[in-house]
Amino acid sequence: MSSEPTPEHRSDTALRVNGKPHTLRLDHRRVLLDVLREDLGLTGAKKGCDHGQCGACTVLVDGRRVNSCLLLAVSLDGCDVTTVEGLTDGDDDLHPLQQAFLDRDAFQCGYCTPGQICSAVGVLAEAEAGHPSHVTDPAAPSGRPVPLDAAEIRERLSGNLCRCGAYPHIVEAVEDVI
Amino acid sequence: MTGTGTALGAPAERREGRQKVTGGARYAAEHPLPGRAHAWPVLAAVARGRVTAMDTTAALESPGVLTVLTHENAPRLTEPDDPTLAVLQEPGVPHRGWVVALVVARSLEEARAAALAVRIEYAEEKHDVTLTADHPEAYEPETANAGYPARREYGDPDSAFASAPVRVDVSYRVPPLHNHPMEPHTSTAQWEGDRLVVHTSSQGGTAVRATLAALFELPEDRITVDTGHVGGGFGSKGTPRPDVVLAVMAARETGRPVTVALPRRDMPALIGHRAPTLHRLRLGADDDGRLTALTHEIVTHTSRIKEFVEQAAVPARVMYATPSSRTLHRVVRLDVPTPSWMRAPGECPGMYALESAVDELAGALGMDPVRLRVLNEPEREPDSGKPFSSRHLTECLREGAHRFGWDRRDPRPRSRAEGPLLVGTGVAAATYPVLVQPSTAEARALPDGTFVVRVNATDIGTGARTVLAQVAADALRVPLDRVRTEIGDSDLPSASLAGGSSGTASWGWAVHDACTRLTGRLGGLTGRLPGEGVTAHADTAGRADAESPYARHAFGAHFAEVTVDSVTGEVRVRRMLGVFAAGRILNARTARSQFIGGMVMGLGMALTEGSTMDAAFGDFTESDLASYHVPAHADVPAVEAHWIDEQDGHLNPMGSKGIGEIGNVGSAAAVGNAVHHATGVRFRDLPLTPDKVLAGLSGPPAPTSGRGG
Repeated sequence: MSSEPTPEHRSDTALRVNGKPHTLRLDHRRVLLDVLREDLGLTGAKKGCDHGQCGACTVLVDGRRVNSCLLLAVSLDGCDVTTVEGLTDGDDDLHPLQQAFLDRDAFQCGYCTPGQICSAVGVLAEAEAGHPSHVTDPAAPSGRPVPLDAAEIRERLSGNLCRCGAYPHIVEAVEDVI
Repeated sequence: MTGTGTALGAPAERREGRQKVTGGARYAAEHPLPGRAHAWPVLAAVARGRVTAMDTTAALESPGVLTVLTHENAPRLTEPDDPTLAVLQEPGVPHRGWVVALVVARSLEEARAAALAVRIEYAEEKHDVTLTADHPEAYEPETANAGYPARREYGDPDSAFASAPVRVDVSYRVPPLHNHPMEPHTSTAQWEGDRLVVHTSSQGGTAVRATLAALFELPEDRITVDTGHVGGGFGSKGTPRPDVVLAVMAARETGRPVTVALPRRDMPALIGHRAPTLHRLRLGADDDGRLTALTHEIVTHTSRIKEFVEQAAVPARVMYATPSSRTLHRVVRLDVPTPSWMRAPGECPGMYALESAVDELAGALGMDPVRLRVLNEPEREPDSGKPFSSRHLTECLREGAHRFGWDRRDPRPRSRAEGPLLVGTGVAAATYPVLVQPSTAEARALPDGTFVVRVNATDIGTGARTVLAQVAADALRVPLDRVRTEIGDSDLPSASLAGGSSGTASWGWAVHDACTRLTGRLGGLTGRLPGEGVTAHADTAGRADAESPYARHAFGAHFAEVTVDSVTGEVRVRRMLGVFAAGRILNARTARSQFIGGMVMGLGMALTEGSTMDAAFGDFTESDLASYHVPAHADVPAVEAHWIDEQDGHLNPMGSKGIGEIGNVGSAAAVGNAVHHATGVRFRDLPLTPDKVLAGLSGPPAPTSGRGG
């Protein structure tokens, strides 16, 4: 093994993760997903493809859902990150979406589940903020909350793949919390 | 749930559910191990040939690199039974994507960067990766996958077909398909002195332990294989894969724990795939619709290093009464990655073709396709002559037709349109064999009144922890909440794999027997239990694998409604409905999820999933999730799964059949038949993507016989 990487290939990066501040000296190549999983031990966000194709790594950055495998962590200095572990209120109280996923059996293997749940949290906020989707009626007034029917939920969650095919139950779970 | 004897069948919630929705469930790459290193595989860049020079100097000088393993320096393995595990042993390259080096570094970024610096020279040979129906090297193997005879024949199918008044002679093609479980194949290996601990994403830890013991010449009792949580497998994790062998090698060489997580793009070459199948079906019937001849002949491919033959003609031996039949498999060895199990190997592509051809026969007869199937119900299994332990396909078809509203269907193709959308409905049957394997289990009664059931079962998403607790609770006659299950660890009593829809039957049988013995033992005791509790063991060898005088299969019926956009050629499924006869359903909640999941995978097979062996490069062109389209949320409508109450005393103590695969059998045919009903055009080459459909709508579809694989 050769010497340590030269210092200019690493930078100090401040991240607030699930409310807790961290300052990390990060390899510039390191993506947020690997920071969460390898540096912070938060393995709820999953690595399914590492290329932004499957959504298993979805977390919230400053309240917006992102594919954490596509974001170089050093570019997020000062950001606020929420992972599936941060959705639980205290030790016991599940987020309503987490509870709905349990109630609806909205998963099987569970590997896409944290991403589906974080993505759904983002969907609810986006719809509330009036963001249209591909299936939103173009005549709908802009800037008003978009009602989430099953078609809206399906469209907006389509970046989150589930090979177990739990989609029908996932949609029901999201409908439960609207 | 506090009653007794009521656990089986109840919709009990998954016991690991809370861990899975909070991110607490740990998968194979997620165990905190100090000093853990990461590895990146380097894959062969030629389709056939050998490595002639390997220069790892630059890679070894790259920051953070711990070692680079190649065939020149990797630990020697005892020759494996499965040749796909003989990694880094020789310079030969049997297919593109074969592992030729493994870079191990402190971090994943360092390993990946150094992998790019490995310089390899090859002596490249001419390759052939193209499957054709008349390939000159096609041969008839002795057996197909799962040991089925490659050929079965009775009566005189050729003359019966020739003289049949109604005939269908058609070819179908199913392309290569990829399992793509959401968790890539991943293994973390750690040596603790002379003990080896492996966390691996496998469908069966007992087999992983046995394989590693043989490859590395270790006694099994020095190996622990943890499979606590597995992110799906769909067959591809049914056997150990190169990741676990590489991780153990790398951990031995570096003295550190090492994780090998296959990059998504590497998976199609290394984890098996559903081999392409070229089908020719000839169905002859008399004027009232009774079959007089049925031949199903398939050609498929396998690799140079291992013979795997997708048993796609096997379901035709089970389905319909006919006085003459031939079912035949032929295979071609090509320079392709080794195919293997993918959810319902054989039945899935075979029933797509057979059930599509039956739909064509219904069209030729002018007969309702549900009625045609019922008319040709066999009294005994056609091929073996054995009586069915239970069948109930007719009941599934009738129940499904009723729930779906089949009687409102106008049978004429292309009879329904909504603006540019052509609307159609289709039906298909499903079958999957009842498989069960010997397993062992232990049940323990503890002084506090609770019970622990221990069995090395694997939960790949089925809910094994939960259903085995249900089996135990009823056998012990105690409330479900007093039973804990321990699974997913090779230090537990050995058990079979989660595959072939056999897991719950195999493990549950052993659990049931251990609990029954424990109950007997407890009945003879008085006073307080000793601190360590009272334990009973069971081993179902000799019983679970005993030959049955019955033909044992699950059955089902699928119904689908589709729209076909006559402008774009896009097919969308509006609704799917399945009804299954699968013995006793042991957990209504998790069973429904499995049935639905299988149907969704069938939707993908019908409409979105297809892989291509590129003839020039000898590689799958659709090797990641951006190019290989598994169904997404927007593709999947309301999907309903139902089942009929089926009592079958010839199965196992629970009376259950497997449910993991049957949802995936026949569902693609129901969608394809609905597309035909919508359009009046028969498409015989999956998947039914807009390019093919649009071309078909404007002219006759391209012939399928002899097409490339």
